Amino acid sequence: MSKILELKNVSKIYGNLKALADINLSVNAGDWLSIMGPSGSGKTTMINIIGCMDTPSVGNVILDGIDISKENAGSLTRIRRDKIGLIFQQFHLISYLTAVENVMVAQYYHSMPDEEEAMEALAKVGLADRARHLPAQLSGGEQQRVCIARALINSPEILLGDEPTGNLDEENEGIVVDIFRRLHDEGVTIIIVTHDPEVGDVAQRKIILEHGRLIDDIDQSATFGEALKLKGKG
Amino acid sequence: MANDNKNSRPSEKQDAHDSFHSRVRGVALYGYDERYDRELKVYGANITVRHKDAALMSDLYGTGVNDKFLYEDDVLKLKSIFWGFNILDFAPMLDGNAIMTTNGKTSEVSLVGTWTEKHATLSTGEELSTGLKGLRTWWDVQGEWLNENDNASVMLGKLLASQNNIHVGDAITLTANGMSKNFIVKGIYNDGGNDDEKILMTLAAVQELMNLTGKVSSIEVSALTTPDNDLARKAAQDPRSLSPDEYETWYCTAYVSAICHQIQEVIRDGVAKAVRQVAESEGTILNKTTLLMILITILSSIGSALAISNLITASVIERSQELGLLKALGAYNWQIALLVLLEVMLTGLAGGVAGYFLGIGFAQIIGQTVFGSYIEIARMVILIVAVILFFVTLLGSVPAIRYLMALKPTEVLHGK
Repeated sequence: MSKILELKNVSKIYGNLKALADINLSVNAGDWLSIMGPSGSGKTTMINIIGCMDTPSVGNVILDGIDISKENAGSLTRIRRDKIGLIFQQFHLISYLTAVENVMVAQYYHSMPDEEEAMEALAKVGLADRARHLPAQLSGGEQQRVCIARALINSPEILLGDEPTGNLDEENEGIVVDIFRRLHDEGVTIIIVTHDPEVGDVAQRKIILEHGRLIDDIDQSATFGEALKLKGKG
Repeated sequence: MANDNKNSRPSEKQDAHDSFHSRVRGVALYGYDERYDRELKVYGANITVRHKDAALMSDLYGTGVNDKFLYEDDVLKLKSIFWGFNILDFAPMLDGNAIMTTNGKTSEVSLVGTWTEKHATLSTGEELSTGLKGLRTWWDVQGEWLNENDNASVMLGKLLASQNNIHVGDAITLTANGMSKNFIVKGIYNDGGNDDEKILMTLAAVQELMNLTGKVSSIEVSALTTPDNDLARKAAQDPRSLSPDEYETWYCTAYVSAICHQIQEVIRDGVAKAVRQVAESEGTILNKTTLLMILITILSSIGSALAISNLITASVIERSQELGLLKALGAYNWQIALLVLLEVMLTGLAGGVAGYFLGIGFAQIIGQTVFGSYIEIARMVILIVAVILFFVTLLGSVPAIRYLMALKPTEVLHGK
């Protein structure tokens, strides 16, 4: 399998604090990776760098063959727009736009809004019948599914989730994990930051961060299918 | 050749150009400038026209000669000059002396013949009403104003009336040039000056009594004028010292010297002089009023810019998550800035339209309260307001745009 992401000796330094320290990591296309660790371990910093929203102080980040650690802000915006789909813990839907319009916002800044395509993305996450609802009229799980549809609409190389199930109850957590499973089956690369060990365990691979250092890299391929069955609907 | 050129009427292009400048000046806050100028006309005439010889003697010895006259036929031509529209009121005056007999007493008195309220139709078809009544608005009149065609009545100055114990309705006899004629006292006026010792009559009556048909001694003119500047002062000394461009600018601006110059072009043997005290006081007051209005406008604009700045910045901070999200989704800084500016401009446009009409409303209230009439709205104001609005809004948006540019999606999207 080809490498979609590679971090080489990446550090992020704020004054005397090393938020990330000499991280080396490779992710293959189509992998499902969980990043775990306690608060302050550098998970969010790492995802910001992978998501082209921040740059490393030291080291290189190769995303789909491009060294994004050398790019300027404008290029990072373009790369993020083309290659990354972002999912947030707090959903961040625009409150005065309907579900389908929220999805179309991502299309607008990528290429051109296409309502039919946006409806298909919503159908993919099981929300076709809720497309005309405002975020306030949707449950937390439904809002997160709109967020996933928005992340998927531009066919990104990597789906990047920052605590995507952090604000969901167990039932909705299962639905979202099930969506990830289907996306993984379709070959989408998924990288998820999570505190939740159950969500962390369903990934193919899990890395553990502590004080900015990568202290463990666990291959969960053997238990991958079973864990999914337990957590999701599949 | 140069003189011929100077004496000819300036080109239409120049007319339009200077008309624009004068309009822009007039625009100053819905034409308040002009309104103030009109208000200042209560101080009376600001230009006096006399026969050139009489004017020269007056300048040299402080007294005029009374055997040189202007022609009554020329008086209405005042409205035909380039700045005829700015001539608000005028009245020909004919001075004379007569022996007054009343209550068995005789005394020598000064007469003034004039138009009190002349109605005429100009060659252009324009209806005109002018006369001393409009130039002596401060007069306190007991009885009635003299009717324009009433050649058998007179008005007396208060001092003269009290010295001779004359009342409204009394009869007096005036004798001059061997002719005696009886008149009824229609009104007694209080001017507060030398005129209180005179008898005011119709121009025709004095002309008949003095045997000076068709003659007038002087013309008092009340004109709307632009405050003098260096160009006007230079021209007042000698218009021939101006370059052709300066001459055209001066001629097409309502400086008192330009209006005097144009009056002299139509009044035979006439010399028009500004009543400096009145003209300069008006100019000073107008300049200060204009300055005050400009300062108010500048302060209002600064206040608006600060208010807009606060509102936009507050709005952008409030929406920072949404705007950060758009950046995270791939929007460039300029796209976000454009989005916010567009929203601000549309809001500003709506506010500007509402403000414009509210402003007009307040202007009319002020016009009615202060001046007792409506304020004319200059169309140019719309354009100027739009431009000011655009730049004030743009200026007010700068801090918000700077904040937007520096906004990092990571700072607003990971709130736990």
